[in-house]
Amino acid sequence: MTNHPSETGEILRVEDLVVEFPTEDGLVQAVRGVSYSLHEREVLGIVGESGSGKSVSSLAVMGLLPRGARVRGRILYRGDDVLKLPARRRRGLRGRKIAMIFQDPMTALNPVHTVGDQLAEAVLAHDLVPRKQALARAREMLDLVGIPQAEQRLRSYPHEFSGGMRQRAMIAMAVINNPDVIIADEPTTALDVTVQAQILEKLLEVKDAVNAAIVLITHDLGVVAGIAHRVLVMYAGKPVEIGVTDTIFYRPRMPYTAGLLGSMPSLETSGGRLRPISGAPPSLINLPSGCPFSPRCPLAEDRCRAEEPALGEVDEGGHYAACHHWDQLAAVADPTALFRTESEPVT
Amino acid sequence: MAISAQAAGAAQGMTVVARTQTQLVRRRFFRHRAALIGMLVFGGIVVLAFSSIGFGPLPGWWDKSYLATGAVVDQGRPTLSLVPQFLGGEGLRWGEHPFGQDNIGIDYFALTMRGTQQSIIVAFIVGFVATTVGTLAGAFAGYFRKKVEAILMRLTDVMITIPVLIIAAIVGRSFGDSGIVVLAICIGLVTWPTLGRLIRGEFLSLREKEFVEAARALGTSSSRIIFRHILPNTVGVIIVSATLAIANAVLLESALSFLGVGVQPPDVSLGQLIDTYRSAMTTRPWLFWWPGVFIIAIALSINFIGDGLRDAFDPRQTRVRA
Ligand SMILES: Nc1ncnc2c1ncn2[C@@H]1O[C@H](COP(=O)(O)OP(=O)(O)OP(=O)(O)O)[C@@H](O)[C@H]1O
Ligand code: SF4
Ligand SMILES: [Mg+2]
Repeated sequence: MTNHPSETGEILRVEDLVVEFPTEDGLVQAVRGVSYSLHEREVLGIVGESGSGKSVSSLAVMGLLPRGARVRGRILYRGDDVLKLPARRRRGLRGRKIAMIFQDPMTALNPVHTVGDQLAEAVLAHDLVPRKQALARAREMLDLVGIPQAEQRLRSYPHEFSGGMRQRAMIAMAVINNPDVIIADEPTTALDVTVQAQILEKLLEVKDAVNAAIVLITHDLGVVAGIAHRVLVMYAGKPVEIGVTDTIFYRPRMPYTAGLLGSMPSLETSGGRLRPISGAPPSLINLPSGCPFSPRCPLAEDRCRAEEPALGEVDEGGHYAACHHWDQLAAVADPTALFRTESEPVT
Repeated sequence: MAISAQAAGAAQGMTVVARTQTQLVRRRFFRHRAALIGMLVFGGIVVLAFSSIGFGPLPGWWDKSYLATGAVVDQGRPTLSLVPQFLGGEGLRWGEHPFGQDNIGIDYFALTMRGTQQSIIVAFIVGFVATTVGTLAGAFAGYFRKKVEAILMRLTDVMITIPVLIIAAIVGRSFGDSGIVVLAICIGLVTWPTLGRLIRGEFLSLREKEFVEAARALGTSSSRIIFRHILPNTVGVIIVSATLAIANAVLLESALSFLGVGVQPPDVSLGQLIDTYRSAMTTRPWLFWWPGVFIIAIALSINFIGDGLRDAFDPRQTRVRA
């Protein structure tokens, strides 16, 4: 892991982001107050179960939410609130300053255009350069992401690429305009396990080549382990814990994080068994009062069900958690043990 | 490594063959047998129709005019014979009036050729106008929704409740005297909404695709997304609808001629000939069959060509048809 680049400047700052979708069943509160900052060249991991609002909060940053979504809060790119920018300037940021890599490379490439044309198109969306020049840049990018025979591959169609190659092409497309921020929404989830590690490695390599920061979204703590400088854990649309990666892994102060850690297969403390947290996340339409994790939390008591805990500092070094009983986790040596069933021996 | 197998394949020059899009499309089209036959038949009909009696100032090789009357020979029976003598027929013979004569002695071959010319011209203008307008309207309605879509939907509702034929008849009545080009443009302007609706449907589903979102994430402008990312994905639908529109226009034109508001006599169209001689089916069937055969051949061959083009434009169609 590289040194934490917190000394460098801040490029992205999200403050109290709220996203709601009015639907026929009621108001879906997909994101309920997310705040984070991203420094230059930093890798921030955003982790959480399906439906916790990871994608919606990133789409809000990109300005790609469907019409009808209600967005509140502030999203500052280098100090400018992008939510207040005119549509034209906002579009100018997309792809040039803030780029996105999608989950499924099978569907994120246009089937009727060659890979080269699509890469060139990404350049031409912002710069009026000759097509030849755009294609030359495309070729350079394919080289950078490690696609062999880049010259010929420019003329291939997406269906002629394997999943891993397509995701490489998507990475190439994301960095072709030299962005400052890359938002990668589960970039390896749709891929074969054998290529996942290669793609992550390539993503980091490319990020360093273009000096970008990354917001890496995943539901798998294992993915962010060796990569992210800091980790933000989300639950039911809210950040529940944020801190430096090692702190999150070795000193979690929120039972949900501890549960996620306990369900990781690679951690030696789990004794080789997968223990997913029982229960399901709450509905985002009629959220119960109190801590949204309380129905699934082994430490839950009356106060938890009555009062939603705020994100508070639990440790120095920017470690925050949202739990009334974080000190109980601090008191035990292995917080993941909380989620073990009684019949199971505690090692 | 998953990549290595591919890299090896590529190194042997197996998968990576650089071809331009046009080359690929042409290759796939010419491998499509039905489309090729359609192309040959349609091409043959066009050449025959325009070269035989000539067009405008261009002279043709057929010596009889579609306007000149004459003495009716042998009750106007066709002199064309295609059955050789050794099979008990009259031998291969072109004769004086290969397609026969109508009741006032006009050479029916010349008439059919003139009708074919007019029908093809009308059909293509209608197809072009309806496809262009329908595609643009459908694209904007499907992509931007809101007002454009509301207007398009109202228009199509009207078009669907009031039969196109009636609208076309009114248009034909008002513009029929201005010549077939004006008539055809007007028909195109009233028949586009069905096509527009189809294209709108395609856009509605394609705009939700991840590659469109990816394009948006790259900062691509709406017009670029519509014309460069979504529209090429609808080429298949557009071509099929266009060929259907052309084939329908041949039939619509004949219906209009039947109502007396299409191509005006003494000029003729295939539809007009068929409608005029429907009642002659039992007595002089050739007066009905010749234009009928040409209408069917035109409509079918255009459909086959459309089929081949649709397949040719689909890059996922890697294996070419036998
Ligand atoms: N357009 C929409 N209308 C209504 N609800 C929506 C819409 N988009 C997302 N949601 C809801 O917002 C919530 C958060 O979704 P989001 O896609 O951000 O989850 P996620 O954390 O990315 O999950 P995953 O790991 O499955 O990708 C979900 O409950 C989802 O149903
Ligand atoms: S606040 Fe209570 S219910 Fe929520 S995570 Fe902490 S202990 Fe569990
Ligand atoms: Mg998601």
